[in-house]
Amino acid sequence: MTRMRSLRRLAPLAACLAAIVLPVAAFAAPPPAQAGFRPPPESAIPAGPFGRMVRLGEAIFRHTGTAAPQYVGSDLRCSNCHIDGGRLAGAAPLWAAWVAFPTYRSKTKQVNTFAQRLQGCFRYSMNGTAPPLGSKVLVALEAYSFWLAHGAPTGAKLAGRGYPKLPKPAAAPDYARGKIVFAQHCALCHGADGAGRRAGGRVVFPPLWGPRSFNWGAGMGSIVNAAAFIKANMPLGRGGSLTDQMAWDVAAYVDSHERPQDPRFAGSVAETRAKFHDSPYSMYGQTVNGHVLGAPGPK
Amino acid sequence: MGWSEGLGRRVLGATLAVAALAVLSLDLSPALAADGAAIALHGVGTVPACATCHGAQGQGNPRIGAPHLAGEGIDYLREQLANFAAGHRINPIMQPIAAGLTPEQRDAAAAFFAALPVPAPHPVPPGPDRAGALLAEQGRWSAGLPACTQCHGPNGIGVPPYIPRLAGLTAPYLTAQLLAWQQGHRPPGALGLMPVVASKLSAHDIKTLAAYFAALGGPSSPEAGR
Ligand code: HEC
Ligand code: HEC
Ligand code: HEC
Ligand code: HEC
Repeated sequence: MTRMRSLRRLAPLAACLAAIVLPVAAFAAPPPAQAGFRPPPESAIPAGPFGRMVRLGEAIFRHTGTAAPQYVGSDLRCSNCHIDGGRLAGAAPLWAAWVAFPTYRSKTKQVNTFAQRLQGCFRYSMNGTAPPLGSKVLVALEAYSFWLAHGAPTGAKLAGRGYPKLPKPAAAPDYARGKIVFAQHCALCHGADGAGRRAGGRVVFPPLWGPRSFNWGAGMGSIVNAAAFIKANMPLGRGGSLTDQMAWDVAAYVDSHERPQDPRFAGSVAETRAKFHDSPYSMYGQTVNGHVLGAPGPK
Repeated sequence: MGWSEGLGRRVLGATLAVAALAVLSLDLSPALAADGAAIALHGVGTVPACATCHGAQGQGNPRIGAPHLAGEGIDYLREQLANFAAGHRINPIMQPIAAGLTPEQRDAAAAFFAALPVPAPHPVPPGPDRAGALLAEQGRWSAGLPACTQCHGPNGIGVPPYIPRLAGLTAPYLTAQLLAWQQGHRPPGALGLMPVVASKLSAHDIKTLAAYFAALGGPSSPEAGR
């Protein structure tokens, strides 16, 4: 009886469902930024000692906390921000970085080698310690990056490098608007408290702030980088679906929470801000909800 | 129509529940759990016991296409029951069952199954065809397709409270869900993530992925509970 009735209801329902679903597919994520360069497939990694080092580098990049635990002080992996194991154009791919070093960096006010750049990632993004130059961890990551860049012209500015910078926002990035974007588009995976989620003992959704996330010295702590990354890559699988303004607002919200201290801490928050964070795009040392961000002490 | 009606019932129900709570100063969760167990194991009114099809441990019954429910995220189970009840997720068996329950009864049944333990999946040794495993674990980012495990967790064990477990669902069930999203027959679900994922899969992809996750084993596989 009931079954008959519900069966008869099926046809019109299917039609109306298609109407609900179609618009969603219509604003599906655009194809990822088209980069001319394509790194070689995993199947092309050669046998022998060099190939083994490349594989080790990939393992460290994808499973940093288990493959190089002594240098990691967070729940993050390199590939959380450099998507698809450092291959994806528009997510700061390793192949585009490899051919761009050595270079002068304003962050260190020095000409840095690629290996020194990697050290910075461990110190800030991974909230850990820098592996020594020449250590197996750095050699493996260099071998992996070099191999991914096979055939790319040295010194060329490859399309797809870094995170595609967004135009300046129409309205200044706003914490309150960002909070709403976060609740609607991010909390499902990263949790309402931004602490991420685990399953089967593994971190599945990485923490965006708090003691197990990147520290105040990291590139993602700049709202410019965070907005660019988020617009291109988040929500996972739906990159490009937020408006630019939503990306700026939610980036400001994410970067307005406490996280581990900047390892360059210069004695006081004010001093550290003056030296390393003197930009409207860094929330370090600014007051949010009556709390000075970056203030040392119990969190 | 259906939405506001459901909302009204939910608000009324919540008000009643709060009132009961205040008067009897009962803890709501044990009460819900007990209710849920009764619905799951004995049924209520004309609604048959969920256990008849989904098993007393929520392990599911592959022969009749009833998926496991044990250990699924509570938010996921609630949403699916609401979808069936409102006729947004189409299934001739589950629609009348879900529609026969009040929102509170659906929540109670969801809470009961969400709290049941699930065995760990047993990863299959890589066979001659690694295509399913590779797609599941690395995706196809060159076409904007994330890896299934980036959302569904290692070995597809699910990430409560929302992302469901894939390990141990049957190949026909997995295939049917992916096709339903491709054809617009299943509601998009959270953030419209799955319709986009499904739109990037070929018929061959679906075949290898379904075989891969089915082989990972779940609550209904013979090894379960050992
Ligand atoms: C929390 C996110 C995050 C994590 C984790 C992270 N990075 Fe980065 N990485 C960034 C950001 C942001 C930049 C700056 C991109 C830019 O300036 O366009 C960057 C830049 C880089 C660059 C230079 C890219 C270029 O084109 O110049 C390399 C190389 C790099 N990271 C390697 C790593 C490695 C290796 C790890 C793991 C040890 C790692 N990163 C972890 C966010 C992250
Ligand atoms: C469907 C789940 C999902 C949703 C929704 C989602 N993310 Fe993510 N996010 C991820 C995953 C998974 C990663 C790691 C990517 C990887 O490892 O390939 C990630 C990584 C990140 C990172 C870099 C790593 C870190 O911990 O800092 C940031 C920042 C981020 N997400 C911000 C956001 C923001 C902001 C939103 C909402 C606009 C959002 N995400 C929505 C799943 C999600
Ligand atoms: C007569 C058999 C039968 C009974 C009784 C039954 N179910 Fe189901 N259930 C199914 C089948 C078959 C499906 C698969 C529907 C589909 O293919 O979409 C299903 C699917 C579901 C799903 C979706 C699971 C998922 O992974 O998306 C939920 C939730 C569910 N049932 C809950 C219940 C609850 C709660 C009860 C008891 C109130 C119940 N079912 C009683 C047969 C049954
Ligand atoms: C970006 C995150 C994300 C990715 C990547 C993802 N899924 Fe999902 N998946 C979800 C969400 C969220 C749901 C719940 C949908 C709903 O509410 O109905 C889901 C549900 C499902 C279901 C329904 C399970 C059930 O019990 O009915 C299947 C099957 C599924 N996904 C298969 C896959 C496969 C196969 C892949 C890889 C090709 C994949 N998913 C990748 C987020 C994701």
